[in-house]
Amino acid sequence: MAELFINKISKPKQSLLSLLSVGVVSLVCTIFSAFLGYRVVALILLVTVSLLAISFDILPVLIAAVLSALVWNFFFIPPRYTFHVGSTEDLILFVMYFVISLVNAVLTYKIRLIQKGTKQKEEKASTVKLYNTLLNSLSHELRTPIATIIGATDTLLANNTKLKQEDRGELLAEISKASFRLNQQVENLLSISRLESGFIEPKMDWCDINEVVYNAIKRIEEHKYTQLISVNINPNFPLFKLDKGMMEQVIYNLLNNACLYTPWNSEINITSLNHANILEIIIEDNGNGFPEEEIKKVFDKFYRLKDSSTGGTGLGLSIVKGFIEALGGSIYLENVRTGGARFTINIPADTVQFDRKPELWLRRKF
Amino acid sequence: MAKTEILVIDDEPQIRKLLSITLGSNGYFVKQAASAKEGMMNIANDPPDMVILDLGLPDECGHTVLQKLREWYTNPILILSVQNSEDDIINALDSGANDYLSKPFRTGELLARIRSALRSTIQEECSPIITCGELQIDLSERTVKKNGELIKLTATEYALLALFVRNEGKVLTHQYLLRDVWGPGYINQSQYLRVFIAQLRKKIENDPNRPELFLTESGVGYRFICKNNEL
Repeated sequence: MAELFINKISKPKQSLLSLLSVGVVSLVCTIFSAFLGYRVVALILLVTVSLLAISFDILPVLIAAVLSALVWNFFFIPPRYTFHVGSTEDLILFVMYFVISLVNAVLTYKIRLIQKGTKQKEEKASTVKLYNTLLNSLSHELRTPIATIIGATDTLLANNTKLKQEDRGELLAEISKASFRLNQQVENLLSISRLESGFIEPKMDWCDINEVVYNAIKRIEEHKYTQLISVNINPNFPLFKLDKGMMEQVIYNLLNNACLYTPWNSEINITSLNHANILEIIIEDNGNGFPEEEIKKVFDKFYRLKDSSTGGTGLGLSIVKGFIEALGGSIYLENVRTGGARFTINIPADTVQFDRKPELWLRRKF
Repeated sequence: MAKTEILVIDDEPQIRKLLSITLGSNGYFVKQAASAKEGMMNIANDPPDMVILDLGLPDECGHTVLQKLREWYTNPILILSVQNSEDDIINALDSGANDYLSKPFRTGELLARIRSALRSTIQEECSPIITCGELQIDLSERTVKKNGELIKLTATEYALLALFVRNEGKVLTHQYLLRDVWGPGYINQSQYLRVFIAQLRKKIENDPNRPELFLTESGVGYRFICKNNEL
């Protein structure tokens, strides 16, 4: 909280606020001076300075400390309304007050600096950890296909006459597969860096959700998974104003994820509903679901389930979440009671309902 | 007949080699240029039948090259680029590129685009009856038949279909379609287009959810593909 204050209020304003609070506190004390001894007033002023020290920068606090000491001297230490101090005891008190308030201000400021330093160190450590995870998973994901390509081309280039024609074909197929995998990883990395940079700007246009879903399915089908995907969306579903490319990527990633991590021949179901200009998309499978304790982490960057097989960078779902949030929506994951996972997406968006006879709402050129 | 000449302007030797082998083995005569300057000189001295242009050239931006070329060069220009942002693509198509393909690309796709771009220059005046697989479109009588059965289309649907058929294989941007069918005041009303494409797909495609004729080019436009046109 202390940091919040410093960030929000400029230094001149802080100084002004310090002066004001010391002034107000002194005024209140003057009003009640009949009931309060001047020594108590000193403590009250000291508390004020301490409170200021918690949230403000050093200079405003020092100003408050000096001012409060002078105010205390002038208005409260007898004889009042002079800077003259009557007894030796009071003089010592005044000097002590001055020293304590200054030390207080400086110490609090220093503690805050130290705190800030520790926090930065912690952040740095977690960044390094993230970076290492990134390097590990990336080097695996990028090097495997690269190794395949280099190895296969070496064998083919060696012009080995012992190589059977079918093996030759197989090696070529492997090169092709590896290249696609590389391309996919590069796309993922570009998406994540677009999200990281914070400069992602959705290009809103009218989207036919059916079309978006089927486009994603068409891309999934190229992988020849065994899972059965069914779509349950009204053919007259309204158009939504969204970023089509991002939506397609979101659905593709979720389907791809479901296909990769559910048992063979599992079923995946896509449903979409329009709740008063909120688009809801549910992608549900009848696989094994997610371990409950890991559900919260699955959208984290580079996070992979503890016992997941090799392959995958842990970027897919974080891209999904990033894109949906960039579109102003939210995504929620839960396990279905009958087994399997259910992703629910909600995105607020403008809609246009198809007219029964669209010809009527359009004029034509000729 | 002399071989069709294609000039490849790309600064990457790997891509030039790949294209020259691929296109050469498919019966085209391939010339190469490594920079915008070299390419422009090459085209001026001996205009090829087609240009394949990379947008990221070292000496000049591909968009500028395209604009300069289009001042006098009328043969097809195909853009082949790693830049796959929708704005770049639309920009290139608006400046007169016939088509675009982003790297990495599939060889089959590239050959299909080249064929379609070359075809559009060869047969400027086509016969009024066009057959696309099960589909038969009579441009003079304004009728559309599927498997010999007449399909009822509204005037707008027909106008859109006719436009697609005349530009078979070529990507048509949203703006182009809206301007041509609805008029210049409608170029931002992309919802009209979505609705009518959905209607056409419902009436003509075998499975409207898995279109084979009206393909979506995400964020750019649509492309009409005629299945039997394997020239």
